Amino acid sequence: MSALLKVDKLGKHFGGFVALEAIDLDVTPGERVGLIGPNGSGKSTLVNCIAGALRNDSGSVHFDGRRLDGLPAHTRTRMGLARSFQLPKPFRSMTVAENLHVPALYTVNARHGQHLSHAQIDARVEEVLTQVGLHEKARRRPRDLTQIEMRKLELARAMTAAPKLLIADEAMAGLSHSEVDDILALLMQLNAQGITVIMIEHIMRAVTSFSQRLVVLVAGRKIADGAPDDVVRNPEVVKAYIGE
Amino acid sequence: MPYIPTRYFCLIAALVTLAIAVSARFATNDYFFFAGYVVLQYVVMATAWNILGGYTGYVNFGTAGFFAIGAYSAVVMHKLFEPPLVVSIAVGGVMSGLVGLGMGYLTLRLRGVFFAIATLALAIVLQTLITNWDFVGGSRGVYIIRPANGPFGHPYIQYLFLTMLVLSTIAVCIARAIEHSKLGYGLATIRDDELAAEAAGVPTLKLKLIATVLSGALMGMAGAPLPYYVTYLDPSSGFNLAFAVNSIAMPLIGGTSSWLGPVIGALLLATIQQIATVTISSALNLLIVGVIMVGFVVAAPNGIVGLFERGVRARRRPAKKEAA
Repeated sequence: MSALLKVDKLGKHFGGFVALEAIDLDVTPGERVGLIGPNGSGKSTLVNCIAGALRNDSGSVHFDGRRLDGLPAHTRTRMGLARSFQLPKPFRSMTVAENLHVPALYTVNARHGQHLSHAQIDARVEEVLTQVGLHEKARRRPRDLTQIEMRKLELARAMTAAPKLLIADEAMAGLSHSEVDDILALLMQLNAQGITVIMIEHIMRAVTSFSQRLVVLVAGRKIADGAPDDVVRNPEVVKAYIGE
Repeated sequence: MPYIPTRYFCLIAALVTLAIAVSARFATNDYFFFAGYVVLQYVVMATAWNILGGYTGYVNFGTAGFFAIGAYSAVVMHKLFEPPLVVSIAVGGVMSGLVGLGMGYLTLRLRGVFFAIATLALAIVLQTLITNWDFVGGSRGVYIIRPANGPFGHPYIQYLFLTMLVLSTIAVCIARAIEHSKLGYGLATIRDDELAAEAAGVPTLKLKLIATVLSGALMGMAGAPLPYYVTYLDPSSGFNLAFAVNSIAMPLIGGTSSWLGPVIGALLLATIQQIATVTISSALNLLIVGVIMVGFVVAAPNGIVGLFERGVRARRRPAKKEAA
């Protein structure tokens, strides 16, 4: 099967600091990929380059057969590439439901051949909120939400955009054991619906149980890519995480 | 408050405008029109500023520049072929809108205080250009002889007043329509978090340009009748700092979250200034703005509308508890 996302020799530097060096990554439709690596290894930079928040200096990113380089982030979202942010970035002046109206209005309705009416948008928002368990807080503002609810809102906003690929950037950082399970179940559910998921995570328990494939970044380079069991036994990965 | 659809809102606004216009017929003193014109001009300016400053979160300090472009466009038009006022207003709006587009394209990648500084610089550059342009009077200024009567036979100042009244109604209707539209949602996401807005599919640069163009065009339209109002225009009065300070202070005092805030702020502040001008001295105007502004920043950072909303919420909460 041809790749949904194809990252080819992608490089990014900030001044003299090389953040990413010749990263290759293929993700096939429906796959669950885990992206791990120590702090500062370039995971979020890679996500930002794929999603369009940053521009890559070299290499290319293809999504769904189209080259993404140079396209603004909102165009990529409209093409079906959604991401959540490591630090939740809710629209603070809006209610939880209104937060989800934004991707419905600006992403779903911007696609060719699609136009949801107000009633359809309301129904879609209600559906997503129910799925993530936030429907009772639909009329509340983000400041009234707990940490896990904020993460769920972040995911819900990405889900409302009806993506083909969802990149969850540390959606579970700082959550309790059972809360992590909550989010994991949600992401599994999304994947079962046919959404390809790239998960960036530090919590190894979560990422190994979720991923069909693990990709490891260390200091801006990809050092491993394969089945989770093999990857965690890879000597280079062990060295990067635990030291020699 | 129950939601009123935009077309009914505009209908109500038109009726209010008509009522004011009719009751103004009973004014016995032309001074009423002179004072009312200034108040209404600030309703337009504050509303226009708020489209970019309040809805989108980009603070524009170059207000006086846009206003003066409108005014000087009218001067140019007057010198060329003395068109009807409406034409000058339209041209002023287009010119300011274009400058807004250019400024937006160059500066909208800047955020926060850097954007504010860039807009201030724009106003200064424009003032320098006008000061050195002889055709519009340069630094000497220019006299505009206004007709004695408007097209309906009333004194010209009444015509100016009515024009500004209609303009302020249009501005308020535009602001209100944006607030409850897809565009309004998009602008609010830009104010809240630009990265998240892009990730949700909002074309932020395009929306910001729409906001600067609309905001700039409305300011230019408010400025276009100015030469006819003052009859003598020079760069230092056209680009007066007071225009910028007032247009920012009024929405802040009224509240930036809705169309109502700038209207309340402008009516309140401009009326106080007009009264102070007559009873004490016009030199006090900026001092009044400063003092009120400091008071509001401390006591009611969300303006009068915010204060009112907080009061409503506070009253509702105990009622809910009792019901439970």
